[in-house]
Amino acid sequence: MEAYLGYFLYFLSLATVGGIYAIFALGLNVQWGFAGLFNVGIVGFAAVGAYTYALLTTAESTFHYGGLDLPLPVGMFVAMVASAVIAGVIGLICIRLRSDYLAIATIGIAEIIKLILKNETEVTNGPRGINKIPRAWEHFSEERFYSSWPMSWFNTPDGWAVFFDALPNWWWQPCFAATVLFCMYVIYRMLERARISPWGRMMTAIRENEPAARASGKNVTARRVEAFVIGAAIMGFAGALFAQHLRLIEPTNTFDPAKVTFLVWVMLILGGSGNNRGAMLGAFLIWTIWSASELMISGIIDLAGYVFQTFDTGLLATRAGFLRMMLIGILMQVVLQKYPAGILPEVRPASPRSNK
Amino acid sequence: MWESFGFEFVNFYFIPGLVLGCIYALGAIGITLTFGILRFANFAHGELMMMGAYLTWTIMAIATAVLGIAVHPLLAAIPASIVVIYLFFWTDKFFYKPFRKADTIKVVMASFGMMLILRSAVQVIWGPNQLTFVPGIAKPNPSLLGWSSDIGAMLLIPNKHLFIFAGTILFVVVLSYILNRTRIGKAMRAVSDSPDLAHVTGIDVDQVIRATWIVGGVCAIAAGVFLAMDIQMLETTMGFRMLLPMFAAAILGGIGKPYGAVVGGLVIGLSEELSAYPWIGDAPLLSPGYKTGVAFAIMVVMLIVRPQGLFKGRSF
Repeated sequence: MEAYLGYFLYFLSLATVGGIYAIFALGLNVQWGFAGLFNVGIVGFAAVGAYTYALLTTAESTFHYGGLDLPLPVGMFVAMVASAVIAGVIGLICIRLRSDYLAIATIGIAEIIKLILKNETEVTNGPRGINKIPRAWEHFSEERFYSSWPMSWFNTPDGWAVFFDALPNWWWQPCFAATVLFCMYVIYRMLERARISPWGRMMTAIRENEPAARASGKNVTARRVEAFVIGAAIMGFAGALFAQHLRLIEPTNTFDPAKVTFLVWVMLILGGSGNNRGAMLGAFLIWTIWSASELMISGIIDLAGYVFQTFDTGLLATRAGFLRMMLIGILMQVVLQKYPAGILPEVRPASPRSNK
Repeated sequence: MWESFGFEFVNFYFIPGLVLGCIYALGAIGITLTFGILRFANFAHGELMMMGAYLTWTIMAIATAVLGIAVHPLLAAIPASIVVIYLFFWTDKFFYKPFRKADTIKVVMASFGMMLILRSAVQVIWGPNQLTFVPGIAKPNPSLLGWSSDIGAMLLIPNKHLFIFAGTILFVVVLSYILNRTRIGKAMRAVSDSPDLAHVTGIDVDQVIRATWIVGGVCAIAAGVFLAMDIQMLETTMGFRMLLPMFAAAILGGIGKPYGAVVGGLVIGLSEELSAYPWIGDAPLLSPGYKTGVAFAIMVVMLIVRPQGLFKGRSF
C-alpha cells in the first residue's frame, strides 16, 4: 500500500508540473501558434508572475517588500495583470518590426527582469529569493489563514489545527493538482473559443498573409499586440502557479531560460503549434520524458557506480542534466525539420458558410 | 585635473569600456553579417564565441601537458578557430540550410535551439564550473606606465588590454580590406544589399555564405578569446551574457553594416562602463549591477527612434 501511495504522489506531481507547463504552452500558443509572434522571453513573464504573486500573498517579512498577506486569487490576478502590462509595452515598441527584433527584445526583457529581481534586494531579497510562498490548499493549514476570515467562521483556530493534524500530510496534493488541471482546462476552453471565433480566424489570416489581412481592413498591429498581451497574461498566471508549486523562488536558477523558455518551446513545437490540444499534449509528454529521464539517468549512474567501484559518479551526476538538455535540443531540431506540424497539426476552423 | 578626475576616469572606466567595446564590436561584426547576408538573427553566435574560448583553453592545456610549454592564448586560438569555423559550417549545413527557402523565423528558432545545444555540449564536455584561463594578476605595462608618467599622466594598462586593442584594430583593418578590395568581399556586400540582384548577376551565393561564416567566425573566436583574456576565466554563461550587447551593437550600427557594428560595439561597451561613473555627486550614476541593462535600453531607444541604425542599415 505504501508503495502505491508513492507512485500515486509521483503521478500527482507529474500532473501538477505538467499542467503548469501546459498553461505556459497554451500562452505561447496564443502568441506563436495564433499570431506567429516569436517570444523567447517566456521566463521573464513567468518571473514577473511568480514574483508579483509571491510579494502579494506571503506573510509580512523583513527580508523583502511586504508580504502583503492578500488572498491567493488576488495575487494570481495581479500577477496576470503585471505580466500583461509589460507585454503591452514591449508589444507596442517591437511588433511593427520584423519578428527577429521581437525575439531579441523579448530575450532582452527577460534578462532585464532577472537583473532587476537580482539587484533590487530591498524589494525581492535579491539572489536569496522569497520563500514560504503560500500554495493553494496547503495554505489552509497555515495558522495565519485558519485563524482569519473566512476560515475562522467555521471553526476555532484550535479546532482547525486538530483537523489538519488528523489529515495525512499529502492531503493537499490531489487538490492542488486538480486546481492546476482545472485552471488549464478553463484556459483551454477559453482559447478554443477564441480560436474558432472571428478574432481567431482573423489572427490566422494575419499570420498567413499579412498584406491581404491589412488590405481587407484589419488592424494588424493592434491584433498582434492583443495576442501578445493575452499570451503573456496566461504566462504570468502560469508563473504564479509555478511559484506556488516551488514555494521558494530566486532569480537565477528557478528562472533559468533553458528550463522554462526552451522547454516550453519544445513542448509547443512537438505537440503542434496552433493547436491548443497539441500544446497541452506536448507539455505533458515532454515533462514526463524530462522527469522520467532524470530517474533513469540517476539509476544508470548508480548502476555504473555499483559495477565499477572506482567510478567517480559525482562528476557524471553533475553533467548528466546537461546531456539531457542537449538531447531535448536535438529532439526540437528534428521535429522542426522533419515534422514541423507536430503531433497534433493545426486544424483550421471551418468558416460558417462552408458548413452549410 | 588629471590627478582628481582623469586618473580614475581613464584607468577604471574609459579603458575597461574600450576593451569591452572592442569585444562587443568583434562579436557584432559576425551577427551583423549573418543578419545582413543570411537574413536571420543568429542566437547561437555567443555560444560559438564561447566554444572558441573553451577550445583555445583546451589547446593551451594540451600544449602545457604534452610539450611542457605555456602557449599564448592568441597562438592557441589559431587551431581553435579552424575547429570553430567547421562548427559554423556544420551547424549551417544541418540546422540552418534546410530552412533557407522557408520562413525566416524557422531559422531563428533553429538558431535558438542551437544556442542551447551548444551550451549544453560545453557543459557536458568541460563541466559547468568556472575554469581559469590565464592565472595570475595582470600588471600594468611598465614601459607605458613610465612613458605616461613622464608626461604627467599615469596609464595603468595591462598587456592583455594592449593585445585586445591591437588585435581589434588589426581585425577591422583586415576586414575592411576584404570587404572593399577583394572579389568575395564585394560579393558579400552585394548579397547583403540585394540577394536577388546578386544572384542574377552570377554571384555564387553559397560561396558568399561560406565566406560570411568564416569572417564572422574568426571575429567571434577573437572576441571569445579576448573576453576570456580580459576576465581571465571561462564560464558557460559567458556566451549568453555577450549576446544581448552584441545584438544591441548590431542594431545600433545598422544591420548589415560591419563598420556600424564596430562603432555600435564601442558605443555600447563604453556606455556600459561609463554608466557606473559618478557623473553627479559621489554615487555611481547607475548601480553596476545594471550594466547589462544599458545595452538593452540603447537598443530599445534605437528601435523606437531609428530602427535602421546609425549607419542606415536595413530595417525589416
